[in-house]
Amino acid sequence: MKTPIQFRLNGEDVATFAESGTNLLDVLRESVGDLSVKGGCWQGTCGTCTVLIDGAPRVSCVTLAESCAGRSIETTAGLRRGADLHPLQTAFMENFAAQCGYCTPGMLMAAKALLDRNPSPTREEVVDAIGGNICRCTGYEPIIQAVLTAARGDDRRRA
Amino acid sequence: MTVTVKTFARLTEAAGALSSERGATFLSGGTLVMRAVNEADPSIQTIVRTTDPNYAHIAATSGRVELGAGVTMAAILAERDLAYLHPAARAVGGPAIREAATVGGKLFAHAPYGDFTTALLALDATVMLAGGFGQRELPLEEFLTRREREAALVAAVAFKRPGNGELRFVKVTRMHPKGVAVLSIAALLPGASGRVSGARIAYGAMAPTPVRAKMAERALEGRALDAAGIAPAIAVAADGTAPVDDAIASAWWRREILPVHLRRLLLGESASMRRA
Repeated sequence: MKTPIQFRLNGEDVATFAESGTNLLDVLRESVGDLSVKGGCWQGTCGTCTVLIDGAPRVSCVTLAESCAGRSIETTAGLRRGADLHPLQTAFMENFAAQCGYCTPGMLMAAKALLDRNPSPTREEVVDAIGGNICRCTGYEPIIQAVLTAARGDDRRRA
Repeated sequence: MTVTVKTFARLTEAAGALSSERGATFLSGGTLVMRAVNEADPSIQTIVRTTDPNYAHIAATSGRVELGAGVTMAAILAERDLAYLHPAARAVGGPAIREAATVGGKLFAHAPYGDFTTALLALDATVMLAGGFGQRELPLEEFLTRREREAALVAAVAFKRPGNGELRFVKVTRMHPKGVAVLSIAALLPGASGRVSGARIAYGAMAPTPVRAKMAERALEGRALDAAGIAPAIAVAADGTAPVDDAIASAWWRREILPVHLRRLLLGESASMRRA
């Protein structure tokens, strides 16, 4: 049975239909067409599908889509402003924090959730913030450095 | 297979639906139930949920603490009056999981998950159930033995607020900062500065559900928390446990390292997260 769902996605109102009981990840990708969100495990384990719901990080694969009615959702598709990348996206490029790139959308949203509430995190806080996101390529260090770089605001493209 | 979702504004209405409908599963934070739905678990035909704000209430300032079953790990970490529970709440997943995982949902997690419940068991928590019969309370220890058969909705948990420094917790993992538990230990140690009286020790991942370490508790009675005082408790640390072999650790290894980590916890030498 299809159920109507309405929410805000990256600042714009969205109304769609989804099968009852569907997770948010599948609704974003298949019903809304936001392919910036990636699915990894559909078990809440890998963090690849992390989005922000009302500013808080959530793994969209184990989030019931119907529970998001009326809420504000952010994905990586909404990070850039026109031609300008988000400072986190720039810092990820500058620090070679994306290798295969599959974990990158989830990493970016986990990092954004941190910086939105704590603009000057310690390294330990960055490690905790991305602790639920698995990366099999980089060994995490470039990602940690990218988040710290974005927090300092000293990436070269912005300078 | 089609799953029907029924959302109720009031907890009592959701409890009634859960009790009366076969094949109904209550959805709290979603980290367990949505995983099963994604895997097309045929036992889940109807999802019952509630938007009742009482389901996520926190009453933490008096001697009796009550946590709505919908309180998330993130909400606990944001509450200064629950600082003694922060190590156990922080041990659950990464930030995105902690925003979803709830006190009530954790009661149903299978080993090696459910570390937070280990802390509640050490606190001698009571589970408050709502159903077609009205409300009733059950000791957490008893609830854990019958949770699979329980048709009532877990509305809240309650426990006596521990004294300063009385609750200790450690989760032992193979990966940091986030890893599945090799084991976890929670210990309520009244009189921790002198002789221990009425200790409650609980283990996670040492049996299908969190379990009490009753032999170790008895051996600790009246003893000081020093190397000589805790030695009898360490000697019987693994008594009554029934860990399983899984991808994280073998049952044998869990039994081998349990006394090591219990010893460190009792001596105050343990961080809340340790590598195995």
